[in-house]
Amino acid sequence: MSGSWFLSGPAPREGAETGRAHIQRLGAPSLTGAALIEALERSGLRGRGGAGFPVSRKWRSVAERRGPRVVLANGAEGEPLSSKDRVLMRHRPHLVLDGAVLAASAVGARQVVLYIGREHFDAAEAMLRALAERPPRERRRFRVLRAPVGYVSGEETAAVHFVNRGIALPTSTPPRPFEAGVGGRPTLVQNVESLASVALIARLGDGWFRDHGTLLITVTGSVGRPGVFEVPLGTPLGEAVERSGGRSHAIQALLVGGYFGGWIGAGEAWNLPLHPDRLREAGRSLGCGVVAALPASACGVAATAGIAGYLAEQSVRQCGPCVFGLGAIAAALGRLADGWPEPHDLVRLERWSAELPGRGACRHPDGAAGLVRSALTVFDEDFRLHQARRGCMMDRRPVAAGAA
Amino acid sequence: MGESSELVGRTRPGATPPRPRGAPPGFSLAFDRIRCDGRGYCAELLPEKVRLDEWGYPIATPGPVPQHLLDHARRAVSACPMLALRLVEAPSSR
Repeated sequence: MSGSWFLSGPAPREGAETGRAHIQRLGAPSLTGAALIEALERSGLRGRGGAGFPVSRKWRSVAERRGPRVVLANGAEGEPLSSKDRVLMRHRPHLVLDGAVLAASAVGARQVVLYIGREHFDAAEAMLRALAERPPRERRRFRVLRAPVGYVSGEETAAVHFVNRGIALPTSTPPRPFEAGVGGRPTLVQNVESLASVALIARLGDGWFRDHGTLLITVTGSVGRPGVFEVPLGTPLGEAVERSGGRSHAIQALLVGGYFGGWIGAGEAWNLPLHPDRLREAGRSLGCGVVAALPASACGVAATAGIAGYLAEQSVRQCGPCVFGLGAIAAALGRLADGWPEPHDLVRLERWSAELPGRGACRHPDGAAGLVRSALTVFDEDFRLHQARRGCMMDRRPVAAGAA
Repeated sequence: MGESSELVGRTRPGATPPRPRGAPPGFSLAFDRIRCDGRGYCAELLPEKVRLDEWGYPIATPGPVPQHLLDHARRAVSACPMLALRLVEAPSSR
């Protein structure tokens, strides 16, 4: 694939790129410190963990603080449909380390925490090996911690909480990590793909990123070759699906952004560009770069019920609206999917999903509510049929069960 | 402001931007959703801004608390048995 920067170089089967090969391929970063932050601002780079916050603004808010600061490289990929972070760490660990070191020097941090999902065995091993190749004075700044399994473990306050007290549960804000994070110090929490993008911008410049920048996506569901791909920013969603062996007539909707993203009808989705700003303008979200194809033969209500049930289970049960509100949403969706709804389940779903956002310590309920609202729009007709107990002859497989 | 500033709750340095001189102080309700246990005093004391969902957890109308309701809002803040409600000097409705 042309325009490949993260994943160009040695083939995936050769394992992780060594430090020497990495430097031979890309050279050393030329932009650092304040100049790098300015380049990041001009590049328009947004975080790739899911929230899409502008990277330069995050860095500035930490750099402006006084006293020792910390960088937390977030490699806890809890989203079930996504694997781009672990693929990146497994194959290009030095890009992530470069980004973390550049971040530390730009925001004034001595300490860097690598926070890697406990289940990402190969990724963690590759990161540790890569770390061992770095010079000792750089290596000494790093701590590697393994994040507990769980959807919410990668949430930024949960990550900070885990480093501080061994509890990977979100905390109430304020303070946000940039105010008081690891050890009470201002902390930059940044997804590993965002850091790898920084490592490229520090070499190739912000103009390169605007014109030729790429992103990692995970394409899954009803496609011939599911997997992680590097695509140029702005690639139409349909093209990404076709490259993975998906066919438009066989697909009714795409789940874009992951479980906290949203459904988009295939017709509308096909020409939408995979670009955080363009999707935002269209009222959508790139999320963590998941594109999951729902086959035309599948039931959108059942697929949504499956995801909502998972998200309700993954609530860490700290906040009432998430425990009860999200729980009720999942239960109503389950009843609708099974064809035995209570009389007003559909109306309740509309109301509950509108009432939920902004009512948790973290954004877990917001993400779930957004997903449900998108389903109510995209699968509107199916929902009404299910509410009327007309039955459903469609395939009830979960969205990522594979090609139809 | 002795009594009221106590009820306004602790804000961390730098958490809210300095307000331009002369502008009226806008306060909004901030819930600590982890502490909140759904006791419902806030909706009882400030029904103009807060209602409860089916499970007793508060839903606030967005936007700042109007000037004429500020005393009621302060009462709601001090009545919360879980110390989960605060008034903050920021346009938030979480």
